[in-house]
Amino acid sequence: MVALAHHAGLHDPPLGSSIEHIIEKPIVTHPEPSSSSRTTEFILGIRDQAPILLGVAPFGIIFGALTIASGIPPLEAQAFSLFIFAGSAQFIAVGLIAEGTGALIVVLTIFVVNLRHMLYSASMAHHFKALPLRWKLSLSWLLTDEAYAMASTRYRQGPIKNAHWYTLGTGLALWATWQASTAVGIMLGAGIPNSWNLAFALPLTFLALLAPTLTDRASWAAAVTGGLLAVLFATWPFKLGLFIAALAGIAAGLIVEYRQGDADKFIGEAS
Amino acid sequence: MTTAYLWTIILGGMLVTYLSRLSFTVLFPSDRLPDVLQRGLRFVPPAILAAIALPEFIRPEGVVDISLNNPYLIAGTIATLVAWKTKNTWLTILVGMLALWVLTVIL
Repeated sequence: MVALAHHAGLHDPPLGSSIEHIIEKPIVTHPEPSSSSRTTEFILGIRDQAPILLGVAPFGIIFGALTIASGIPPLEAQAFSLFIFAGSAQFIAVGLIAEGTGALIVVLTIFVVNLRHMLYSASMAHHFKALPLRWKLSLSWLLTDEAYAMASTRYRQGPIKNAHWYTLGTGLALWATWQASTAVGIMLGAGIPNSWNLAFALPLTFLALLAPTLTDRASWAAAVTGGLLAVLFATWPFKLGLFIAALAGIAAGLIVEYRQGDADKFIGEAS
Repeated sequence: MTTAYLWTIILGGMLVTYLSRLSFTVLFPSDRLPDVLQRGLRFVPPAILAAIALPEFIRPEGVVDISLNNPYLIAGTIATLVAWKTKNTWLTILVGMLALWVLTVIL
């Protein structure tokens, strides 16, 4: 959920290669895991997620407290976690709401921020294919960054009979932790005075999540373009400028990457 | 900030998020993403995070203020250095908040 920090993981999932991966490795090389029972898999999923839960809980608490500090009532604050269940998008949405952004722009921003879930969906599609629809609907609902990270690791270990129970355990553990920690934050948030400037923790959080995403020139181009244009366009109504700035940043990243690829190719051909 | 406004965002946000998660598992069963989408996705975090964070430091009161009288800018710069050097989320938030508290007392 606090996913942007782990965004480097986006490069890891073998998108589209999951089928080949399993075909490459014959089933006979994995005789043991297929005997896992439902309960064993479910509990294993929760257990493997435990260290990540320790990292997620403080963010849930901060989210709850910040949301209250931004003037959002407790019921709606909890509803963000209950219904959207996507940490970074929730933080960003609350940041936008605090500045009076139009509802449509906020929803569009959530959409763009959560587009990466399509990656996870694409990666999991093959593994969920044989499951009944109710399983697909539930597991997809729980498909956050951290759940994807754990579940895709489990699936990569070979054909495991009840791996969907593992995925369910991992997803439900995250869901419960996120709800409980949000609730704790909401209770704490009401007691924190305005003079603490708690809302400033929001841009600081974004800054901290931004740093590890700056891995090459293309990602720098995306951040610099997005940041500077957002400052320039800040007076546009409904925070439309922020949305346009982010889209321009994404485009800038793609352009730099494309040109770099071309340059590499040129160098490759010349040498 | 009306109730209708907040619930539009909550339910709209739920819809777009769930649709993304359902996209390939239920809606369009397939293993592959369109190439441009897959390449563009990794630029979403840096672009959107910078776009939200930078104005908070440079124009905290609604006008561009690049001066030593802007505690948000100074605290943000210090936090940037911490984020850059340590890549530690908690330390970045902690140092940034402490810097802001100290600066608002001094300035």
